[in-house]
Amino acid sequence: MTEPAIAIRNVAKTWTPEGRPAVHALRNLSLDILPGEFVVLLGPSGCGKSTLLYMIAGLEGVSAGTIEQDGIAVTQPSAERGLIFQEASLFPWLTIVDNVAFGLSVRGVPVTERRAIAVEMLRSVGLGDMLEKKPDELSGGMRQRAACARALAMRPKVLMMDEPFAALDVQTRSKMQDFLLQIWRDSGASIILVTHSIDEAIALADRVVVFTARPGQVKTIVPIDLPRPRPSRDARYHQYRDLFTELLADEVDRAFAEQEAL
Amino acid sequence: MTMTTKTGIGTVAEQGDRAPARPSIPPKLRRYGASIGWGIASIGLFTAIWEILWAVGWANPLLLPPPHLFLQDIPTTLGYFAQKNVIGSRGTGNGLTGLLMTILWTTTRVVLGLTLGFVLGVAVGAVVHYVRIVRNLLLPTILLLAPISPVAWLPVAIFVFGIGDVPAIFLVFITVFFAIVLSTVSQFESVPKNYLHVARIMGASEAQTFWRVILPAILPSLFMTLRLNLFAAWMVVLIAEAVGVGTGLGQITSMARATFNAKLVFFTMAIIGVLGFTFDWALRYVQSRMLWWVAPNQGGRR
Ligand SMILES: Nc1ncnc2c1ncn2[C@@H]1O[C@H](COP(=O)(O)OP(=O)(O)OP(=O)(O)O)[C@@H](O)[C@H]1O
Ligand SMILES: [Mg+2]
Repeated sequence: MTEPAIAIRNVAKTWTPEGRPAVHALRNLSLDILPGEFVVLLGPSGCGKSTLLYMIAGLEGVSAGTIEQDGIAVTQPSAERGLIFQEASLFPWLTIVDNVAFGLSVRGVPVTERRAIAVEMLRSVGLGDMLEKKPDELSGGMRQRAACARALAMRPKVLMMDEPFAALDVQTRSKMQDFLLQIWRDSGASIILVTHSIDEAIALADRVVVFTARPGQVKTIVPIDLPRPRPSRDARYHQYRDLFTELLADEVDRAFAEQEAL
Repeated sequence: MTMTTKTGIGTVAEQGDRAPARPSIPPKLRRYGASIGWGIASIGLFTAIWEILWAVGWANPLLLPPPHLFLQDIPTTLGYFAQKNVIGSRGTGNGLTGLLMTILWTTTRVVLGLTLGFVLGVAVGAVVHYVRIVRNLLLPTILLLAPISPVAWLPVAIFVFGIGDVPAIFLVFITVFFAIVLSTVSQFESVPKNYLHVARIMGASEAQTFWRVILPAILPSLFMTLRLNLFAAWMVVLIAEAVGVGTGLGQITSMARATFNAKLVFFTMAIIGVLGFTFDWALRYVQSRMLWWVAPNQGGRR
């Protein structure tokens, strides 16, 4: 049996915002992410998916339980665990190529070397002619690809993405999914992607982790046994769709019920 | 059916492409020309009204000499500008170099005061942000001192620094310092969280995060604060010079007032106007060069 790249054991997270009641975002959550695996997290709004990514990234601490990467406890952020946000959050004061080279320059990689790596990364995401552009000059999809290049330049073992394509239009979104599968294969990294789109989950995942309503727990894990690419005409695709729609509907109802109880 | 529609669209697109064929001035140049044109028209209108008031006899040439009068006798007027930055050297008639030196002294004070205020303001703002005890100790005092008009600091400046350059520079400094401190502190809080997350994931140290992420993120707004306070800085430097320095444009205005020399007053006012305008323009230029990623006239918020 392969060792997991990320091992999440009985993790809980309670937010204690100042002057407001504590929020139990996650409770007793266990999950393994295998090396090179593509995992999609699906769940009702507010169930703690983003919170989980932040804890795996090391940006937030756990309230209980442990998170390990390759057997070592996660205590602080590391470029081995890249994180991509819904907004690309490239630095507007750097050109695209300098944005991609930022992590390397922080590490002290010499200019020519880091630029060469950044250029290669940008070529591989199809932005070879955008090197000296400002981030505002790029479209949303291009910015997200540049953000991927920035994370990939650090050769991460795990790439996490928090609704990375939610702000994009439908056509761009489907192109970005193809693009993502390609960089996933090329880089060999594990990918953990959060989405609200059932179609996106079915199109991309090896396994889909369905969350319960808050406090979030793993409700079920559904492996998607379809060869890629996965055309939505396939009959089994529809079976998956129905399954996820049903699973989510239950949890969304529960989430709403809880909201109203407040 | 589909075919027809496609051709239809194609034709429209082609026409659209051909439309702007007529040769024309580049839009950037045209906008430039337009703004210069309007500037001339505006000043021209203002001058014309003044001249007419004089011609009709409503504006007393001794009290409100119109431009053609106060610009006419330039050699005599220039005689009032001293060349040395020494208290009491007045009316020795150094002419054009005297004028330039006077301008240079005043400008130097403004630039020094602004630079000091900006750099120290950002530094203090950063310390206030990072060190909790400093924040608790300093912030209330800063909030209390910030709204005090810089002119009210004048006596303090003279008590503490005596007569000379320092009080003038100090006043300019005070004008921008508190505004920059407060702006820095509030800007620190509005740096997008994701920028900081990216920096942490990439392994940036605290210092790297400050110099390479936080500072560039807040610089555009700080620059805007600086520009907004520029005119106040010009105001206080003139007052300080009139009262406590004995040289510079402010001293000339004050001397002109004391000797009832209306021509000299307006001549100096014209120079101050042009200088202030040039300063704002220069700051905007520096902004567009140094903060190249920010669109002009944008406060830097995004
Ligand atoms: N920094 C924080 N401080 C306090 N509470 C927080 C914080 N971040 C998240 N929460 C709370 O934790 C819960 C889970 O939030 P989280 O953003 O992880 O949900 P999510 O599953 O990503 O939701 P969505 O699908 O809407 O993005 C929410 O109730 C949220 O209000
Ligand atoms: Mg979220």
